[in-house]
Amino acid sequence: MSELQVKTMADFMADGKSADVLFWVGSAGSFDDRAKKITRAFVQILNKADVNFGVLGSEESSSGDAAKRAGNEFLFQMQAMMNIEVMNSYNVKRIVTTCPHSFNTLKNEYKGLGGDYKVQHHTEFITELLAEGKLKLNGNLKGTKVTYHDPCYLGRANNVYDIPRELIKSLGVELVEMKRSKRKSFCCGAGGAQMFKESENGAQDININRTEEALVLKPDIIATGCPFCNTMMTDGVKAVNEGAAQVKDIAELIAENL
Amino acid sequence: MGISNIIFLIVFAVAISFFTRNFSRIVENIKLGKDINRSDRTTDRWKNMFRVAMGQSKMTRRPVAGILHIIVYLGFLIINIEVIEIIVDGIFGTHRFLASILPLKLYNFLISSFEILAILVLVACLIFLVRRNIIRIKRFWSKEMTAWPRTDANLILVFEILLMSAFLIMNATDSLLFSAGAEHYTTSFSTPISQYFQFLFSGLETSTLVIIERFTWWFHIIGILGFMNYVLISKHLHIFFAFPSTYFANLNPLGQFTNLESVTNEVKLMMDPNTDPYAAPPTDAPAPESFGAKDATDLNWVQLLNAYSCTECGRCTDNCPANQTGKLLSPRKVMMDTRDRISEIAVNKRNGKDDTKALLGNYITAEELWACTSCNACTDACPIELDPLSIIMDMRRYLVMEQSAAPTELNMMFTNVENNGAPWQFPAADRLNWKDE
Repeated sequence: MSELQVKTMADFMADGKSADVLFWVGSAGSFDDRAKKITRAFVQILNKADVNFGVLGSEESSSGDAAKRAGNEFLFQMQAMMNIEVMNSYNVKRIVTTCPHSFNTLKNEYKGLGGDYKVQHHTEFITELLAEGKLKLNGNLKGTKVTYHDPCYLGRANNVYDIPRELIKSLGVELVEMKRSKRKSFCCGAGGAQMFKESENGAQDININRTEEALVLKPDIIATGCPFCNTMMTDGVKAVNEGAAQVKDIAELIAENL
Repeated sequence: MGISNIIFLIVFAVAISFFTRNFSRIVENIKLGKDINRSDRTTDRWKNMFRVAMGQSKMTRRPVAGILHIIVYLGFLIINIEVIEIIVDGIFGTHRFLASILPLKLYNFLISSFEILAILVLVACLIFLVRRNIIRIKRFWSKEMTAWPRTDANLILVFEILLMSAFLIMNATDSLLFSAGAEHYTTSFSTPISQYFQFLFSGLETSTLVIIERFTWWFHIIGILGFMNYVLISKHLHIFFAFPSTYFANLNPLGQFTNLESVTNEVKLMMDPNTDPYAAPPTDAPAPESFGAKDATDLNWVQLLNAYSCTECGRCTDNCPANQTGKLLSPRKVMMDTRDRISEIAVNKRNGKDDTKALLGNYITAEELWACTSCNACTDACPIELDPLSIIMDMRRYLVMEQSAAPTELNMMFTNVENNGAPWQFPAADRLNWKDE
């Protein structure tokens, strides 16, 4: 893979320059092996479009989303205030992130704690790059059948339904919808800090239920826009019918078609 | 004034005073909740109420139930104009008072609308009964739908059917009496629907017809007064509370959870380098607030208003991923438990009885709360924008911040965030490793 061009906000500052946008990588995007690939794919896109972006690197810390949904408001606000202090010191105005949980928290919940930023999900950001003509897609995915799983924190939580779908369609693929989609979309099972615990007793795991629904459509690819959804659906495909479909982030689909 | 007018007045006054007393008790119960400011964005709030409650905008997401509900809703609103006439007739002994003050055309238009709506409501309620009891739609038979909630729903439907039947029979016999030239029945009016019921009563003596007409008249008005009072002990309260609930609804994006202010103050103090870490709180400082909700009184009044507004339709639970995969959690049960508990607290308070129960533990278990994925399917599905998720979150906050009773894995996650700034055990120094992998 080609070398990625990544500068930290501290690098920018040392050079006496500033970044146009902060890429908030998120804990999953930094540490989870599968999510790291999404991070790299998105940076490829940013590099290709020549975006003047920075990351926080070791100065980034958990957004606090998982702590907050788990009920630890104290820890959430500690995290939030620390992150806000760091971001405000770099005079951050605009943020893009590949994680809908960070997206939601930074956009909606940091406001009241002193952090007012324009926050975008990477699908929104990529859409803008395409519209500005900074990216060109090739049609290598023609004839591929893709279904899109709505991340709850992008969809219902923030009403972003169409932008990711339009992006997928711009790859020339056939987009098929699951029975429960958009506002009726069924959760992957990871939200509300479930990602970090065993699920409670029940008849079925939520990700299995959702994966079965997706696989009914016989898609080649299950696309999503969240590292947690990605993990849940990947595990789901493994358990339901290994190899039946690939689970990919929209950033990866775009990066493969630049 | 005849004896029947006096009886009417007494019945009416008793019904209204019972209603007023019990309604204000429910308002008092709601006020047991904590304060929350929902006085902002008044224009948006009115719009939301008009769209969601009056305009029923979320009902038709399920087209069959939605359209039937709109019929019953319109019927309820419009046919109740008739109640004005019944009350005036009842008090003053007039007959079809509105006919005497309205142009004949308008009166006939009104009565025709009432009749058409009445038959539509009647049919809709029959279909509702079939859906609940014969087709047995799953969401009406989940675990929390025990004997009383199921009976409650059926009682309301039977009530409606009887009221509508009485109304149509009253009109049928009234117009027969008019045709027969009976004394007192001197108003001619349109009978687009009730004319088809007249054959049931043809050939009956005038005196029998009068008895039937009077019986249905009394049944209709006593029925409505009774219904009004019944609603206060039933899930049917949404006919009043759907309006304030949508007005005071959360207008922020669904993903935006509240930032607890009490926590903000503490965290700011902790992060302020100028604070003296050994300082004792001033002696006159109020006792520190507890974080989150253990009991119904720890919730805010909007959450309690929500609980009384819930009509147990089960759309939330039917969309809940935890519930649909067999976990204990049911957002509808959260609403029902909250309502039952706040009512219990209020009754105990009024009777001066000791109360050792709590919403958390006696009604809602930790296992239910930990099953939630905070996906907002419930809040999105609710036709009147109730917010069970906020109650779940407040109770999780209590479990974690007051009882340190999070599941072990979550405690590990908290520790990781505290120590490494990530929910996993990786050092912050490795955050950029992906760049070169």
